[in-house]
Amino acid sequence: MRRSSAFLFRHRRLRLTATLGVPLTWMIVVYLLSILLMLATSFWRLNALTSEVERVWGLQNYRTILTQPVYRIITVRTLTMAIAVTLTDLALAFPIAYFAARVATPRTRSILLLAVVMPLWANYLIRVFAWKTMLAGGGPVEYLLGHVLGVNVSLAATNFAVWITLTYLWLPFTILPIYAALERVPGSLIEASSDLGARNFKTFRKIVMPLALPGIVAASIFAFSLSLGDYLTPTLVGKNLFLGNAIDQLVGTAQNRPLAAAIAVIPMIIIAVYLLIARAFGAFEAL
Amino acid sequence: MRNVRAVLAVLAVMTLVVAGCSSSSTTDSGGTSPSGGPMLVDSIGKGEGTLSLVAWPGYTQKSWVDPFVTETGCKVDIKYGNTSDQMVNLMRQGGGSLYDGVSASGDATNRLIAGGDVAGIDVNKLFPEYANVMPTLQSPPHNTVGGVHYGVPYMWGPNILMFNTDVVKPAPTTWEPVFDANSPYAGKVTAYDSPIYIADAAMYLMSHQPDLGITDPYELSQSQLDAATELLKTQAALVKKYWAVYTDQIDGFESGDMVIGTAWPVNQSVIVADKKVPVSSVIPSEGVTGWADTWMMSANAPHPNCMLKWMEYTLRPDVQTQVAEYYGATPSNAGSCEQLSKDLGKDAVNYHCGDDAFLSNVYLWKTPLPDCGDSRGATCMDYNAWTQAWLNIRGG
Repeated sequence: MRRSSAFLFRHRRLRLTATLGVPLTWMIVVYLLSILLMLATSFWRLNALTSEVERVWGLQNYRTILTQPVYRIITVRTLTMAIAVTLTDLALAFPIAYFAARVATPRTRSILLLAVVMPLWANYLIRVFAWKTMLAGGGPVEYLLGHVLGVNVSLAATNFAVWITLTYLWLPFTILPIYAALERVPGSLIEASSDLGARNFKTFRKIVMPLALPGIVAASIFAFSLSLGDYLTPTLVGKNLFLGNAIDQLVGTAQNRPLAAAIAVIPMIIIAVYLLIARAFGAFEAL
Repeated sequence: MRNVRAVLAVLAVMTLVVAGCSSSSTTDSGGTSPSGGPMLVDSIGKGEGTLSLVAWPGYTQKSWVDPFVTETGCKVDIKYGNTSDQMVNLMRQGGGSLYDGVSASGDATNRLIAGGDVAGIDVNKLFPEYANVMPTLQSPPHNTVGGVHYGVPYMWGPNILMFNTDVVKPAPTTWEPVFDANSPYAGKVTAYDSPIYIADAAMYLMSHQPDLGITDPYELSQSQLDAATELLKTQAALVKKYWAVYTDQIDGFESGDMVIGTAWPVNQSVIVADKKVPVSSVIPSEGVTGWADTWMMSANAPHPNCMLKWMEYTLRPDVQTQVAEYYGATPSNAGSCEQLSKDLGKDAVNYHCGDDAFLSNVYLWKTPLPDCGDSRGATCMDYNAWTQAWLNIRGG
């Protein structure tokens, strides 16, 4: 044991290879290669008669996406949903994170943080099914709206149900980065600000917000990218197709993997643009 | 410099992988003999002790699988398929060597036959019970191609119009409540989430827009498919939720979110048994689509003898009666009907057991192919066009 550690101490490169070799291989083979294969597939085409993928290069899948209005409709729907979920999550997460980081006593803080991560103990599917049951006809939400507020609406299988469910699902992932960022804002800066005569709101705007912004943007990356890629929630609580559902239909029903791969490139481009913007806000320093 | 070398190494590995994938695709075309004609399976050997099946949920219950295991010594492993597309995918996994057989519906069978995924079988020689199969199912186009039988028929059933009797009054006699833009049940309609459902719209158009000239709801020209697509886009505004898995519809009806729509008899049986909402069903005046399922054997089945024994077993009248009573589907073996009506009394009427006149009027699911099967030649829209149309309907 001692001898081998001495050996590793003397051979730095070997040490590095042993530590990083496995995760790096995993990263390259499983992750990067599969993305590259998917990119390649998006330029191949389907032989309609045999349902086999023909490895002939061409842009026909991208032409289909650009010319058929249905793909534009689905993309816009997915993007709108992702933005709505992200904004709602940020609006809900910021006050909670602020309270936990700067107001609560240590004891309340740990209870609050425990409550935030508690939903993650239950399986993702169970949480989606819970919302399906709650929003179903004759379920508790409809009952409350109908008997307490006097509003008679059917929420099952609507975009509203998808919005509520996704907002719930990704809320913990938005609270935690914002909390981490707010907690790192030095108290001395805030005290200095008020010593110099700034009122609470001005201190918040000039000191707290700029320092927490990277955390907020990081949180938005989670909510946005997870909403963009989720396809089980629309299947279970919604009716309309989102990008993930279109890919699912094309792979499962139509067996048209090349077109499905081309559609999978759409969220990749959207996320790439989003990440570039997020980097400009310094979000990666807060992750 | 080191960075450049690392990037080059990664690129080299990727090239190898892509090349490896490219060269492995052209060799799988099992199931045909060297002379070009299909090879016929015409003998059953000793069982291999194991059988793995892909089946619709409800088709392989313990009460009739266990006696089979005892009798033949073939231990049965079951993988449930929820949709026809999933079943086709499963049967093609591992070059078709993972599963021995599948209970394929008519919208999957022709794809499996065309893909060379299933074996031709000399049914008349192997299975004496085949003589009792209903005339319409003796050699239907969905499992018999060029005179070769690719499997044995199991259950069949119509896609009925089911409705909640508390809400839908009076009882409908046509499909209008699910297709008409002015349906009083808008927002509470359900429809089947599969491209094959386009045939239901085409069948509706046969009687409501006869000038389109649709003769077979599965053999549609471009303009006929467009008309059906338009109708289904109108319907999409009425639909609360599409059902893909049968439990989706059961949940929807029991919560009251759905009150009317196309259904399988098994869905109705489950809802009736649950006693949460009152439902009934009709065969509307435009007619019905339906399905007839076939036990097919993989061309590369790992346990062919057990699969053939399973086919022999599932053709038996007493077994089919049991399945029919559990599943709410109708046996293909007309010999099952006597026991069925004895067991069910007046409820047996709904099964149309042995009623070949009824069955021959059901538009049974079959895979849409370019060949129209009539004087129009190869001008019809294939399944690929149907799936694209379905995506346009569902995505819009």
